[in-house]
Amino acid sequence: MHWVNIILQGALTGGLYALFAAGLSLIFGVMRLVNIAHGDLIVVAAYVALMVTSALAINPLMSIIIVIPIMAAIGYALQRLLLNRTLGNDLLPPLLVTFGLSVIIQNGLLELFTADSRKLQAGSVEVDSIAIGPGLAVGTLPLIQFVVAIAVIAALQAIFYRTALGRAFRATSDDRAVAQLMGLDNRHVYALAMALCMAVVAIAGVLLAVRANFDPSIGPARLIFGFEAVIIGGLGSMWGTLAGGIILGIAQAIGAEINPGWQLLAGHLAFLLIVAIRPEGLFPKVQG
Amino acid sequence: MPEALLEVRALDAHYGDFQALFGVSLKVEAGQVVAVIGANGAGKTTLLQSIAGLMGARHDAIVFEGAPIGEEPSHAVVARGVALVPEGRRLFPSLTVEENLLIGGQLARPGPWNLQRVYGLFPVLLERRKQPSPSLSGGQQQMVAIGRALMSNPKLLLCDEISLGLAPIIVRDIYERLPSIVAEGLSLIIVEQDIAQALRAADYVYCLQEGRVRLEGKSASLTREAIAAAYFAV
Repeated sequence: MHWVNIILQGALTGGLYALFAAGLSLIFGVMRLVNIAHGDLIVVAAYVALMVTSALAINPLMSIIIVIPIMAAIGYALQRLLLNRTLGNDLLPPLLVTFGLSVIIQNGLLELFTADSRKLQAGSVEVDSIAIGPGLAVGTLPLIQFVVAIAVIAALQAIFYRTALGRAFRATSDDRAVAQLMGLDNRHVYALAMALCMAVVAIAGVLLAVRANFDPSIGPARLIFGFEAVIIGGLGSMWGTLAGGIILGIAQAIGAEINPGWQLLAGHLAFLLIVAIRPEGLFPKVQG
Repeated sequence: MPEALLEVRALDAHYGDFQALFGVSLKVEAGQVVAVIGANGAGKTTLLQSIAGLMGARHDAIVFEGAPIGEEPSHAVVARGVALVPEGRRLFPSLTVEENLLIGGQLARPGPWNLQRVYGLFPVLLERRKQPSPSLSGGQQQMVAIGRALMSNPKLLLCDEISLGLAPIIVRDIYERLPSIVAEGLSLIIVEQDIAQALRAADYVYCLQEGRVRLEGKSASLTREAIAAAYFAV
């Protein structure tokens, strides 16, 4: 029962990792952009939530409703004003520019908010739990996070495959020039994709900030978790990304149980193992 | 005399240092079918891509319904009513047949063409509408490419080598449907390797050689000798 508990808790954490990864996966899928600043943007969302909750005195989980449009607007502007200029046939310029952006965001946050650790207080929901068997209980908050992660990924999947917007995303990803011949302005399509990505980042940032301490420097580690979840799951597959996040979370939980110092190492080892056995990931969907 | 639907005036086009078109001029009247013929590398595809806004041209080198559109990006040109069926079809492989058609119609320009009409024109597509576009035969893919362009309800349809790589019987099948497309009141520019096919389908023919117009005239008035001369003469 002890190990069942560990695996269960790890799987719930994995939902959060899948949320980190979903936006990365979306952006890479639509425009072949690897966003190095993704983790830092999650931290930005956490600070935006901090400001919103302290200004309006509302529960952090409620603040998501306000943080989502703010981050989506930031995402649209970021893509239109900066990232669109880096896109071309070369993968390197967007990589370098988002790396620079990552440094700028970390230092900007440091100036504005200092290096102090912060946390959002969500009240009693943080310590509530639901008993699901003898000696087995899950925290309400991790459960909420996991359910939200599944809902977000199901929503992204539905947007991608059932709406006109998703059709525009897939068409632009397939063939940029011909998509323009259909009347799609790819600068606008890319900006909408980034806005959608940032809406997911907003959710991830708030959930992260409720669950653990954060400070301006923790972005890159979230980026790594996100990357690992995407690669484990296989590029282009949203449900694969969820599976990747869960595997990563379980590996970390098992590692931490063996030795508290092994938590991160175990996650990375699981990632390396899967890449060594299946370089294309578990559920790859990218063709060509 | 009424204003031409499309007028190309002394159009130049470049790929880096290489000049592909030299002062090409061309006119399309409403309801007219114009063919552009010429050998490989004569600049036919470049001409269509320039009209569609993919190349970027001089402001007044391309005039559509009296408006200079040379500098407009392709998504703005298609919104004006110019649709291109690109060479090699270039369907969106991750979209189904119907999704390819729907994305062609996403501008929602008013006009006669919609899903039902396209399926009426190419009934085989109705049976295959849920299939991924790469699973279709070449001829069926070409039908999707034409249908996708029609879905934007263009006033001018540009067809780039729609017979390329297709069996002759399929080509005839597709060309037999062109009159019913033109009957809806739109104009066509067809680029063709197959001269006989082009002469049959078109009212007026331009022959390009090495980026210049070498010969033009009503298709009935052009002799084989004149066309051969325009194709191969130096």
